[in-house]
Amino acid sequence: MAIPKVCGIETEYGILVRGTDTNPVAASSLLINAYLAANQRKVGWDFNDEHPGSDARGFRVDDLLAPEVETHLVNAVLTNGARYYVDHAHPEISTPECRTALDALKYDRAAEEIVRASMVAAATVLPASAEVLCHKNNSDGKGNSYGCHENYLVARALPFGRLVNQITPHFVTRQVVVGAGKVGCELPGVTSEQVPFQLSQRADFFEEEVGLETTLKRPIVNTRDEPHCDPVKYRRLHVIVGDANMSETATLVKLGATSIALAMIEDDAMGDDLVLANPVSAIRQVSHDPSLQRTVLLRDGRRMTALEMQWELLRRALSYEQSHGLECVDEAVGRRVLHLWEGMLTGLERDPASVAYQVDWVAKQRLVQGYADRHGASPTDVRLKALDLQYHDLRRERCLALRLGLDTIVSTDEVSSAMTVPPSDTRAYFRGRCLAKWPDHVVAANWDSMVFDIGRDPLRRVPMMEPLRGTAESVQRLIDESNSPAELLAKLGA
Amino acid sequence: MAERTQKQKPAPSRNDEIVEAAPAVTESGEKLKAELDDLLDEIDDVLETNAEDFVKSYVQKGGQ
Repeated sequence: MAIPKVCGIETEYGILVRGTDTNPVAASSLLINAYLAANQRKVGWDFNDEHPGSDARGFRVDDLLAPEVETHLVNAVLTNGARYYVDHAHPEISTPECRTALDALKYDRAAEEIVRASMVAAATVLPASAEVLCHKNNSDGKGNSYGCHENYLVARALPFGRLVNQITPHFVTRQVVVGAGKVGCELPGVTSEQVPFQLSQRADFFEEEVGLETTLKRPIVNTRDEPHCDPVKYRRLHVIVGDANMSETATLVKLGATSIALAMIEDDAMGDDLVLANPVSAIRQVSHDPSLQRTVLLRDGRRMTALEMQWELLRRALSYEQSHGLECVDEAVGRRVLHLWEGMLTGLERDPASVAYQVDWVAKQRLVQGYADRHGASPTDVRLKALDLQYHDLRRERCLALRLGLDTIVSTDEVSSAMTVPPSDTRAYFRGRCLAKWPDHVVAANWDSMVFDIGRDPLRRVPMMEPLRGTAESVQRLIDESNSPAELLAKLGA
Repeated sequence: MAERTQKQKPAPSRNDEIVEAAPAVTESGEKLKAELDDLLDEIDDVLETNAEDFVKSYVQKGGQ
């Protein structure tokens, strides 16, 4: 049976500085430091176990193109178990490890609120004439893109080639449901007159089917092999092909449907008859067709629309639910995801406007079209691009996604709690609780270990190689009853 | 050619709630349109005052 689909989401936010001469790297640092100063003591990230150059296909390329790890920049661990840092001139938050897609949604929303709180905190340290604005989007409309990555735990025993072949059809076609929408086109050689609106923020930037890169020649399936847990048992599938969603429904279905698809592949219940003839041209073609009518070519000669492919994947997921159950993604969350996924597909097929409260690209397209109709604006009018950017604007009063009244799934209380409290059922619980209780004694932390200073030499590193150990069930009482980290470590036998 | 025959709708789920997933289209369509009209009425207060400058100045460093 498929292993639990522990998951998380990491978002690089767009950042704009106005009224002062600050570069985006310094502004990102200022933003994060302002938040930390107002909210918690800073504990640094530990880079000891980072190997972004390891490739899932079985080799290392550190010597060839080591992705830069900028250790001198702000890099903090939060008491909710998340990581808040500067990456490639953007503020980025990685949620803690979550047991379900619903929890990952909750922590993604909490991350959004943390960035909003950071903007407020930054305003108090900047001159009155200056401001730092953040956007939860993935492109500036000028050919520069930044990511919203998902991570899923998969069994190491699953052959990577099967994973690539069988997940690619979902990655190419899921944008009809979870695309965030974009005004214009950034694919070289294609003008915004030709593609005035498309489904995805990111599709224009994918050039390869499989590969290790994340910042250029981006691949549909990323091969970074950096499990951040026991590498003999697990793999972390690092997904770089998604958009950052404003719609909570879209975030939940993006994470949930992908978790279920991965479980099906792990259990060899997906089948390999849906292979696309050319995934890279297909992902662009699907994104560039909001009519949802064009078909993509399969390797066996058949043609399907992206919507038909999504229906087929849903049909297989429903029969997987019958044959295997959904325990690996949590039964209740899994059923909810299938229900929402089916509702979105039904709506897109009958009347896309009917899913305007769930599907980001539909919500954005209606707004843009409504504005263009009212003001007689041409499809390339700059005001339409402003609407696109402001859909993702994290200033509450300027955020058009908020104004559109999208459906919500998690309550404001849940989001507010998730800003500081870790999930109870993954190792993030141990990380977050220790950090909250003993901030002076946690020297550094990362995904799979924590380093404590217990007052005597040497520093003590506690390995956390199992994502589902260190949960409230196993360590809450020990943490509650320990008066010092030394006492806790003694009780843990560490 | 085989485009239409490809489409196989999922069998109805055990889950009864799914029936409610598609609300009456006309009623919700009117509500949607009214809400969009309200937003468009007030959108000039929400949009950046100089949309052209805003869009022009929105330049990001590439990331992952």
